[in-house]
Amino acid sequence: MSARESILARVRAALADVPAQETPQAVAVSRDYRRRSDLTPQQVVDLFAETVADYGATVHRVRSADLTATLAGICHQHRLRTLVAPAGFPEQVVTGAGVVLMRDGPPMSATSLDRADGVITTAALGVAETGTIALVTGPGMGRRALSLVPDVHVCVVRDDQVVATVPEAIDALSGSATEPITLVSGGSATSDIELVRVEGVHGPRVLHVILVQADPDG
Amino acid sequence: MRVALFITCVNDAMFPDTGKATVAILRRLGQDVAFPMAQSCCGQPHFNAGYPTEALALLRRFVRAFDGYDVVVSPSASCVSMVHENHTRLAAVTGDAALQADVAALVPRVLELSQLLIDVMGVEDVGAYFPHPVTYHPACHGLRSLGLGDRYPRLLAATEGLSLIDLPDAQECCGFGGTFAVKNADTSSAMVQTKVDNILATGAQVMATSDNSCLLNIAGALVRRTGAMRTMHAAEILATTRASGESWRTSAPALARSSA
Amino acid sequence: MSAATGPVVWAGSKPFPKAARTQLAKAEQRATLNRVTHQIRRKRAAVVAERDDWEELRRAGEQIKNRVLRHLDTYLEQAERSLVAAGVTVHWASDADHANRIVHALVKETGETEIVKIKSMVTAEIGLNEFLAKRGITAVETDLAELIVQMADDLPSHIVVPAIHRNRREIRDIFAEHMPGVPSTLTDEPRDLAGQARRHLRKKFLRAKVAVSGANFVVAETGTLCIVESEGNGRMCLTLPERLISVVGIEKVISTFADLEVFLQLLPRSSTGERMNPYTSLWTGVTPGDGPADLHVVFLDNGRTQALADPVGRQALRCIRCSACLNSCPVYERTGGHAYGSVYPGPIGAILTPQLRGMDDAVDRALPFASSLCGACYEVCPVRINIPEVLTHLRARAVEHDREHGRHRLERMVFRAVANGFDDDERYARGLSLGLPLAHRLAGRDGIHRLPFAGAGWTQSRDVLQPPSQSFRAWWAEQGLDAFDGEAAR
Repeated sequence: MSARESILARVRAALADVPAQETPQAVAVSRDYRRRSDLTPQQVVDLFAETVADYGATVHRVRSADLTATLAGICHQHRLRTLVAPAGFPEQVVTGAGVVLMRDGPPMSATSLDRADGVITTAALGVAETGTIALVTGPGMGRRALSLVPDVHVCVVRDDQVVATVPEAIDALSGSATEPITLVSGGSATSDIELVRVEGVHGPRVLHVILVQADPDG
Repeated sequence: MRVALFITCVNDAMFPDTGKATVAILRRLGQDVAFPMAQSCCGQPHFNAGYPTEALALLRRFVRAFDGYDVVVSPSASCVSMVHENHTRLAAVTGDAALQADVAALVPRVLELSQLLIDVMGVEDVGAYFPHPVTYHPACHGLRSLGLGDRYPRLLAATEGLSLIDLPDAQECCGFGGTFAVKNADTSSAMVQTKVDNILATGAQVMATSDNSCLLNIAGALVRRTGAMRTMHAAEILATTRASGESWRTSAPALARSSA
Repeated sequence: MSAATGPVVWAGSKPFPKAARTQLAKAEQRATLNRVTHQIRRKRAAVVAERDDWEELRRAGEQIKNRVLRHLDTYLEQAERSLVAAGVTVHWASDADHANRIVHALVKETGETEIVKIKSMVTAEIGLNEFLAKRGITAVETDLAELIVQMADDLPSHIVVPAIHRNRREIRDIFAEHMPGVPSTLTDEPRDLAGQARRHLRKKFLRAKVAVSGANFVVAETGTLCIVESEGNGRMCLTLPERLISVVGIEKVISTFADLEVFLQLLPRSSTGERMNPYTSLWTGVTPGDGPADLHVVFLDNGRTQALADPVGRQALRCIRCSACLNSCPVYERTGGHAYGSVYPGPIGAILTPQLRGMDDAVDRALPFASSLCGACYEVCPVRINIPEVLTHLRARAVEHDREHGRHRLERMVFRAVANGFDDDERYARGLSLGLPLAHRLAGRDGIHRLPFAGAGWTQSRDVLQPPSQSFRAWWAEQGLDAFDGEAAR
């Protein structure tokens, strides 16, 4: 008997007390927790800005016209000379920000990524209650290594991408369930030493979130 | 309302005054109390030590002893918790349908004293007089299993002359845990030392609790540290009045002619 | 203390009472543990208080896990199908040794002699690092606390913060001694230490070809794996190498992707007291051009089916490894994790370890007794494991094991005698009426300061108060109280 067969046999034997006719769905699961919120869209965006900042990220609330200028300020602040951008990230945002754009195509090696000063991506969505940004592999966000290795991550989130609750976020992401998803809530941190929280261990130590007011004209 | 007192094995042998106090409070409020002699132990010491079969025998006696009463009241949070948490469970494994039915009927009627006073009799001021600074330690079973909440603090706060001082980290276990105190004496000792530190830090003259198992443990350690503090079950405070002081320790007061 | 092979419990571990005594004597460790556990309790309480639906979330977490556990074969098969469809190779390991051999073979195939690891309880449980080391493969722990423990040849003492028993000075010294290229100017500031770890590990991340991970959750419906972390070392190990091997306990399965909405709320708040942890990675099989092209999952039993077979004890398998129970436990707070002798310490360890391993070893039999049954753990468990219920249940199993092997006869006799005494009207009343006055006189006003044998445990820190001279029932009989208007007492 293979290990697979013997394990499954042991599982079935262990569950001998479960009635044979009981289906999984017959086991009640009550989902009475809050799935939606009563906040207005404006309150949701305001809460998102607060909770993201709470975990040490810098939040910039801008109109789309000011995007490049804001980026230029960030690059200047952190003396970024090179900025990695994934395929599908609009070039015009970076042009004029005073930084060299590096496209990830053909794919950069880990060492090259490590030498880049920063990375800029869009996001799939934001979660207001927890200050979370979701990145899904694809246009504008690229592959996971891009937003992981460089030390500075600039993430552009449109305010109409922000949902209020975690259930809403998981629901929205379930369509992308086959793609790699990374949920980012603040910069990397550890509390392993005497439970003193230390920011910035292996992931990007600096996170800037540019929260763009959706243009009524698109 | 036909009320029976479940004194508990610990109180019967070590803290009879807590039983006397319980009887005194209820009789002063016009509620008579019976004491079925057939009672002994709820089975908790055995059940918690890994001897459920022995506990089952005691459960059967418990059910027989308290058959026919509207309420079974006990000044012991841990014993009432044992009845509510484990009597049904113990009866279930016997396959004895009659026992299971008896237990199902009895369990909801078993109440801790503060539950009887506040939830059933609707009384918070029991007419007590105890002009001393008191701090209160909530027994774990009362706190987490029975959800007694602030019942005893409210009863104590309504006591004339009493000043109730908050106990720091009150919710922390005192370290008794039955045989734990002996099998894991070192850890238990460390826990009771913290409890004693916190009690002494309040500056209170009296330490009160809802369970005398805790009291055995805490008072034993307090006495080792300093003889200066009185320790008692909260019921003994609530039984004390201006008119009769602590005479309830000697003889039960007359049954007041009123409600219930 | 050096790490040893052997599933779950470390070789040389002493039963809890003895091990606890050793740990309780470490004053500085106790002070650290006291401070950090109280701090994390406050943090957890604060973020839980933000939710008005926390009890509903707990209930959903409990029920989802129960549904899966009660039909675990169905869900495991579904998980396997989903994983295979997504391009993952699925292996099954009955026990620790089997799992180690599978992982070793997968690493050996690549020719790599150094691999990187994400913190994983299950790989610590099976002793993977030691197994690989004996065969010439170094598994580098990349989680900061696990790195500290590994470098110091120490043992972890906590599920989430395994080096909690070490203070910053000790950590600095460990780095200085074991980490290459540490500048002499390195301070013991946590920020400095974390920075040094970053430099040291960065090189390894960028070079690594093979990584080993566990998984917090595996979704049966989609074959998605989930890693919840803070530092980013997880993301490094999951994305940069070419081959990723994930060892997953069979109880880690959840049913649907939507279930994540419950657990991703329960876990961060319960574990580190945050609304959300810094990084959560979700991946479903191979994505060309993103991450390892070669994915393996090893489903591990190692005693889990044994736990599953116990209808009362199986709730321990709901555990999502948050460590809230450890942080709330007054026993753990004083003894620390090493006293439990197991990879899984604290309240969850006390109920999981003996179920995975059985009761043949004295260490396992002692674990269910390492508790005062205060219930603080049950209050905070995000999946509502009734730990006190399982503890008393396992105590009965330990006592039964003792009975079958003729151990602790005296204790059994005493408990039986007491029960018999309680169950006999005459003997009980007589025992009290004869015994109490005697005990009252013997103890005296001062009480008893020293008891022999087992009683010495009591009197090491407590007096035995003077018993009364008369029992309650004797007083009652004396008072001649009839209840309910002259109706005779029953």
